[in-house]
Amino acid sequence: MTSTVRTYLGRLLPQLIALTIIIAAISIIFPGFLNLQIQNGRLYGSLVDILNRGAPVVLLAIGMTVVIATKGIDLSVGAVMAICGAVSASLITSGHSLAETLLITLAVGILCGIWNGILVAVLDIQPIIATLVLMVAGRGIAQLITEGAILTFNDPGLIFIGSGSFAGLPMPVVIWLVFGVLVALVVRQTALGMLVEAVGVNREASTLSGVFTPVLLIAAYVLSGLCAAIAGVIAAADIKGADANNAGLWLELDAILAVVVGGTSLLGGRFSIAASVLGAIIIQAINTGILLSGFPPEFNLIIKAAIIVFILVLQSPRFRAAFAFVSIPRVAGKPTEREAK
Amino acid sequence: MKQKYLPLTATILIFLLSYALCVAQYPNMLSTRVIGNLLTDNAFLGIAAVGMTFVILSGGIDLSVGAVIAFTGVFLAVVLEQTGIHPLAAFALVLAITTLFGAVMGAIIHHLEMPAFIVTLAGMFLARGMAFVLSIDSIPIKHPFYATLKSLYFKLPGGGRITLIGGLMLLVFAIGILIAHRTRFGTNVYALGGGTATAKLVGVPVASTTVRIYALSGLLAGLSGIVFSLYTSAGYSLAAVGVELDAITAVVIGGTLLTGGSGFVAGTLVGILIQGLIQTYITFDGTLSSWWTKILIGLLLFAFILLQKGIIRLSRNGRQPA
Amino acid sequence: MQTSSDNILSAVRIEKGFPGTKALDKVDFHLRRGEVHALLGENGAGKSTLIKCLTGAYRRDGGSILLDGAEVDPRDTFDAQRLGIGTVYQEVNLLPNLTVAENLFLGRQPRRFGMVDTRTMNRKARELLAEYELDLDVTRDLASFSVAIQQVVAIARAVDLSGKVLILDEPTASLDAHEVAMLFRIVRRLKARGLGIIFITHFLEQVYEISDRITVLRNGQLVGTRDTSDLSRRDLIAMMIGRELAAEIHSARTEVAEGRLRYRFRNYGRRGRINPFDLDVRAGEVVGIAGLLGSGRTETADVLFGAHRADSGTAEIDGQTVDLSSPRAAIRQKFGFCPEDRKTDGIVGDLSVRENIVLALQARRGWTRPISRAEQNRLADQYIRALDIRTPDREKPIKLLSGGNQQKAILARWLATEPEFLILDEPTRGIDVGAHAEIVRLIESLREKGLSLIVISSEIEELVAYSTRVVVLRDRTHVAELGGDRITAHQIVEAIAAANEREAS
Repeated sequence: MTSTVRTYLGRLLPQLIALTIIIAAISIIFPGFLNLQIQNGRLYGSLVDILNRGAPVVLLAIGMTVVIATKGIDLSVGAVMAICGAVSASLITSGHSLAETLLITLAVGILCGIWNGILVAVLDIQPIIATLVLMVAGRGIAQLITEGAILTFNDPGLIFIGSGSFAGLPMPVVIWLVFGVLVALVVRQTALGMLVEAVGVNREASTLSGVFTPVLLIAAYVLSGLCAAIAGVIAAADIKGADANNAGLWLELDAILAVVVGGTSLLGGRFSIAASVLGAIIIQAINTGILLSGFPPEFNLIIKAAIIVFILVLQSPRFRAAFAFVSIPRVAGKPTEREAK
Repeated sequence: MKQKYLPLTATILIFLLSYALCVAQYPNMLSTRVIGNLLTDNAFLGIAAVGMTFVILSGGIDLSVGAVIAFTGVFLAVVLEQTGIHPLAAFALVLAITTLFGAVMGAIIHHLEMPAFIVTLAGMFLARGMAFVLSIDSIPIKHPFYATLKSLYFKLPGGGRITLIGGLMLLVFAIGILIAHRTRFGTNVYALGGGTATAKLVGVPVASTTVRIYALSGLLAGLSGIVFSLYTSAGYSLAAVGVELDAITAVVIGGTLLTGGSGFVAGTLVGILIQGLIQTYITFDGTLSSWWTKILIGLLLFAFILLQKGIIRLSRNGRQPA
Repeated sequence: MQTSSDNILSAVRIEKGFPGTKALDKVDFHLRRGEVHALLGENGAGKSTLIKCLTGAYRRDGGSILLDGAEVDPRDTFDAQRLGIGTVYQEVNLLPNLTVAENLFLGRQPRRFGMVDTRTMNRKARELLAEYELDLDVTRDLASFSVAIQQVVAIARAVDLSGKVLILDEPTASLDAHEVAMLFRIVRRLKARGLGIIFITHFLEQVYEISDRITVLRNGQLVGTRDTSDLSRRDLIAMMIGRELAAEIHSARTEVAEGRLRYRFRNYGRRGRINPFDLDVRAGEVVGIAGLLGSGRTETADVLFGAHRADSGTAEIDGQTVDLSSPRAAIRQKFGFCPEDRKTDGIVGDLSVRENIVLALQARRGWTRPISRAEQNRLADQYIRALDIRTPDREKPIKLLSGGNQQKAILARWLATEPEFLILDEPTRGIDVGAHAEIVRLIESLREKGLSLIVISSEIEELVAYSTRVVVLRDRTHVAELGGDRITAHQIVEAIAAANEREAS
């Protein structure tokens, strides 16, 4: 058991170190950064802010991790966020109960996931292309629902999801913590995680071993859709309205970046949800840090770019080959002739 | 008819059909004025889409386009405001920067063997970030030379105008078509899209072709940025967000296979025109909401992906016998 | 002894090794001007490796290559092409999305004023192809033509670029009789022009039709070079599959399997892959499948396991009709399948040995019923021990293991599901001698435990050692079945040869 914990922490070590360095650096420049205080039973402080502001990207990154592990990608999550935000706002303003609103909204997210999953798994369309369709059309659908305006609401229940608190923590943080732990548990306590990794590494061999590949692929996109739905509700609740134009805009890129920072390869296979969550928090910490430390926020994107390039170099097959003293060199094409077809 | 012309034909038919439908409802839409505006309004998108067509034909993707356009606009605005450089010199300078920018991305994609998607994503962040660093405000461009350039146009019968930028887009398309079909580089681009491994085996210089493809895309994104700054007379770092998506969409609706290797630069022009037409129609209608543009374009995208999927399947089964 | 001027290409004592195997062991090969020289051998014999060494695709470890009497050292395939050695592969290595003319002139398109002169290029392409009796629209995409025409275009390009030596690697594998005839007319014409042509194929009648001499490789070693006219089919097959070795091994058993008849396949097949066949398999029986490369061995395995759905016939287990339309369906019936191409269809490279071993069992149980980590460890350790899988620990990514150990891990994957019907496609291909013997012993012991096994192998002596029955395939059809004391290397070779001769006459 201790060895499992050790390998688990070992996997997260680079992300933890990176996060520590970033937080340390910010707190040197901005001394008040680490301060936490409790007011009215609720925790306040920059660290809590990071966790709170990062909620949508963390949620998207959870689903994106699983999709990327299957060797896929989901470009539509930002648009799905907008759709789901719009759905929840329009349901609640038209008099549905909070429970109904949430259930239907999540169902819509799942539906979007099924659409993407069918395009990828059944029609065998490249994931980047398949999810592009919903990425383009999705925002239009969201605007159709809100009829172009920012659809505001004042249902206290729905607003609570965005700005309320539970056990001293802001609701968005509670939601992603609970959901993240839930997904990680389901994935790792069942065989789902291993089967997803197997499909991502070698779809053909997995199918021949009896893995029901299409269902797994669809499930991955459904999870991603569900995550986007939750993120969409939080984003809408946060501003007490559904903004079809801006909700979730470009967040798919941040989510992909979070997964990459988390060390999951874009080529599929091994994944860690916890690492992706850390990746998302790292991104948010950088955002917040730059804002607080008086650096112009303009540097934010440049730093993001630098991080990507750094990680790319680390992950690059060439770079790895050059530094793989220990591992066995890849056998370049052993003579395996396939039988004549 | 040759199968490879099928998507292009479909695109052209869809354009003509929808144009006819528009005209049937609003006869005013059949005027050179509308056509001239269609060209002018979509000039920057069209020029960027030509670069995107080459990238996609080679099997890649370039997400940095919109950010490069914004960077170019801000760069021009700042340079023209703060120095005495002539705009033409500034144009040359910014084109050199964006071309180099594209070339570096191409080199990283090839030499680090990383997916174009993530490399150009980094490029997008970097270019947008550089634009922010230059200025976060929208800076108007008041140089008299801009006014001169904007006043140039070619008058069409019927009151329409082909503006300088509209004409420039057509010229870029013409040159793009020539490059695609009349140069060894063009053939190499198609060859890369047909399969990098095979292309290498047949003797295509994969490294230099990849670098040149992304350099071309950078160059055209820069040119698109110049056109955009002429069109808006300003430079703003938040401008042109998502133009890369519109460009990708135009390329796919134009009949180019997103997996690379098949398609036409001319198709992209029609793709641009279809997108523009939908917008024009919605403006003419006045009651229809703008979101229908996105939904319609998404549907078109889906239809074309399915069409191409079907064609690939057909061509696998029905080869011409010996 | 020939003078060097007879030989356009000579390869002397070529050596090439891969980790764990010796792919070529001091192989000599001489190609004369104006001859068609067939290069034969089963899978893994070293044909491809030799060709890749000749064309610079691989760096050889030792030996020299002489072209036109001068020593050459092609660095890569372009270099070889420039020197005069052109290659055409079974899977046409041209770009399907370019036009025929572009494919012919890629990288050397005629230009005028810096622009490609398409008209001149198309004219030259038509002229070039006219030499090959081909009159086609060179402006069409290559993909719109049949594989045969694509082959000819590839040959035209290779000859136009190189012009001394032409290597044809399985060019006829997917062609019909007319197309083969067309291809052979072209080969004869090129031969008359003085080219040296190396022809790799697994169709023996084509070897006899077109080739002047034959060189046979086996297990990376040269078996010999003979004039085609002096070599009987029987002797050739013996050279290829090593009957002289096999003759020394006694048939393992003379008794017929007495187990209960459990599996009945009737009229089972799939159009375009394997013609309908009947097959009965008893409990405690190993049915060996013999046949030359391309005879439908792998296709038989694929259709039995549902990797390709059968489109005719029925399958019965213990008298009950069953559905075997997908791997999952087959696995439900306690089937297991070790595919031929370990790397693409077998191992899940980045996952650990443990995960690879439990994969099929886990897939059958479904994701909601995970195998506990302790149980996984137990299973993995058990099979690592039982099959002697050499790995430092069970968590090592399987891609880092040697071929033999990967194969054993995939076998373990199926054994962990406690299968009753196991299909092994070339289980001993490309693995070292020690692991080879262990796998043969394992097959024996599984049979004794009452499993039914189908084993495909291109090594006859191996089939003889463990099969209780041998089915012989030819041209995607099951043509003969040998049982009891008829299972000898001699009889199997006879059966394959007889089928070939019938075909040839």
